[in-house]
Amino acid sequence: MVEATEMKAANHDTNSPAGEQRASERANILARVREALSVAAPADHGEAAAASSIPAVLPAVGATFEDHVALFQKNAVELRAEFKVVNDASDLVAELKRLAAEAGWRQVATHRGELTDAVCPALGLPTVTAKSGADKRELERCDAGITECDALVAQTGSVVVTSRSAGGRALSVLPPHHVVLARREALVAGLPDAFALLRVRYAANYPSMISFITGPSRTGDIERILVLGAHGPKRLTVLLLATPP
Amino acid sequence: MSAPAVQFHHDADRLATDLRHRELVHTALSKYEVKRDEMKARFQDWQGARALAAATKRKAISQLDRHLEQLARGLEARGTKVHWASNGRQACAIIVGIIKARNARLVVKSKAMTAEEIHLNEALEHAGFEVVETDLGEFIVQLRGEAPYHIVFPAMHLVRGEIRDTFATKLHDAPSDNPEELTMVARRVLRQKYVEADVGITGANFAVAETGMVSVTENEGNARLTAALPKTMITLLGIEKIVPRLEDLALFLPMLATVGAGQLISGYNTMYGGPRQPGEADGPEEFHVVLLDNNRTALLADAEQREALHCIRCGACLNVCPIFRNVGGHTYGTTYPGPIGGVITPHLRGLQDWKHLSYASSLCGACTEACPVKIDLHHHLLQNRRNSAAAKPSWWQKTAFKFFVPVANRRGLWKLVTRGGRLGQRLHPLIKGSRLDPAYCWTKTRELPPVAKQTFKEWWRQRK
Ligand code: SF4
Repeated sequence: MVEATEMKAANHDTNSPAGEQRASERANILARVREALSVAAPADHGEAAAASSIPAVLPAVGATFEDHVALFQKNAVELRAEFKVVNDASDLVAELKRLAAEAGWRQVATHRGELTDAVCPALGLPTVTAKSGADKRELERCDAGITECDALVAQTGSVVVTSRSAGGRALSVLPPHHVVLARREALVAGLPDAFALLRVRYAANYPSMISFITGPSRTGDIERILVLGAHGPKRLTVLLLATPP
Repeated sequence: MSAPAVQFHHDADRLATDLRHRELVHTALSKYEVKRDEMKARFQDWQGARALAAATKRKAISQLDRHLEQLARGLEARGTKVHWASNGRQACAIIVGIIKARNARLVVKSKAMTAEEIHLNEALEHAGFEVVETDLGEFIVQLRGEAPYHIVFPAMHLVRGEIRDTFATKLHDAPSDNPEELTMVARRVLRQKYVEADVGITGANFAVAETGMVSVTENEGNARLTAALPKTMITLLGIEKIVPRLEDLALFLPMLATVGAGQLISGYNTMYGGPRQPGEADGPEEFHVVLLDNNRTALLADAEQREALHCIRCGACLNVCPIFRNVGGHTYGTTYPGPIGGVITPHLRGLQDWKHLSYASSLCGACTEACPVKIDLHHHLLQNRRNSAAAKPSWWQKTAFKFFVPVANRRGLWKLVTRGGRLGQRLHPLIKGSRLDPAYCWTKTRELPPVAKQTFKEWWRQRK
């Protein structure tokens, strides 16, 4: 009886045949799971007792902001990503302009955000803004995608973006060069810190996508030889603002 | 012998003596081994990480019913449609139904072993859709009409020249055999497909019960694009992929990359909880998650081997397995090769038809040691052997034991036989390796170990 009401609650369309089947398969699978679990598994190999905490087993991270900058830098080099710490918003603009000139950007894509709004217009380039109804083909033609981020993870050299904070899903992966703008507070020591930050920021209502991006797109599928830019960006540039804008 | 066993023996015989194949596997894996060990060493406590991962998975599976309900609730709260499939046929029907209802034609797909398991591509093509694999390795094997060779490195068995030839015949675009140029050919072809496709299908590496999300690991960005551009996104995953909390990924993502590919963390680790939400710039209008049982609950019911469901499909046990390295991935004739395949395939596809995979092991235990979630793989292989023999004893084993038991139980007879063995070995070279040799199966490719000059008893007596 309890089963049946549960099934109804989860499937709004139980009156259609397909909906009914879906509901019953749900009940069938859960019933098989419960039946199977009614016999306890043999004792573990002592893991539960031995288990320490996640931060204590993961690679070491330093204690200070400088340690974390250095560690992120080291990881970025290994990953063939570019990483630069800039002092203030005007340095950030100068750095973007340098990148634009060097790579010959003709058109860029970005999204509305405090940092992007502050620096992107200064580029003076035609700009596609990711918003609902934007054309994916147009986004594909841009030379670079400039986004904000939620976190930089020193431990792994990862950039954390979400569909809410970084202009949706395609902006950070479709253009051939992804430029990330990060605030000082975004730099965290390890992966557990990044997840903790996401929880504080979004727990009430998570975005539909959270992505940990580590280095430019890569593949080793042909003879295990590293090639960058398999499908996503060939270049990843991370610019960290050392002071608030 | 079952048909899969006949095929296994035939292919294993051929490949075990193929030196080019051995060389290929060796080169592909030697680079990986160096990087894997380097990344493991970066962990402050790799053994502690394994213990923690094993304990976490144990918790996830021991309350699988609760976790699955929690996962479904979380996903549904964000507007995801959750489907439940008891077997592969149902899962294929659900997915075909979704695509048909959208009048879609072109489907892009990122790597999913679960989809291989249920032969999803055949079902989709049969229903008249065009399916394009977007992971480079999968794209290559799809063009060649082959199955993936390895669960992490699908095109590991091919060299660049072969890939160039495939591109030349199938795509009419193969500038050279340079891996970079070949990758760019695939990039160009597939970019168009992402933009045009109506439906994107992905697998998933983890499902977070607490927050209602699936997590997809990849390096190329193809899964990101598959989940970003088409209007409908479908994710197919086995019900065992559960982890309880979001923070658990902080442990599993780097462990998976370390032993799976020799990276500290993979290029893209992405958690999806729903279709595009209000205020988000893009993303699919619909998100469907298909939860697949397909005999996983049968494995769950075997309490002794339940922990095989902790597998995160990293492929580490394949990479260290002397049998896998000699007979190669295709020989197994099923989706999951290597030690983990030997453990779970008999549960997923039938014990008597697939028990031979549980015998395809030297029981060296390298797999158990390599496994990041500490699955006791080689003991589970033994349990499968025991269970299959108990369910269906083989006549020749029964006969052999009928002769062996009385001999082993009578001291005098035993002495006679061991003496005879020593004498026999002296005469053995006369027939060694020929068809007359009773040990032909062994001696056609290997040396027999010498019978000891004295028995332990004789040695002991002498010592005194
Ligand atoms: S059994 Fe262990 S080593 Fe093998 S693929 Fe699964 S998780 Fe990896």
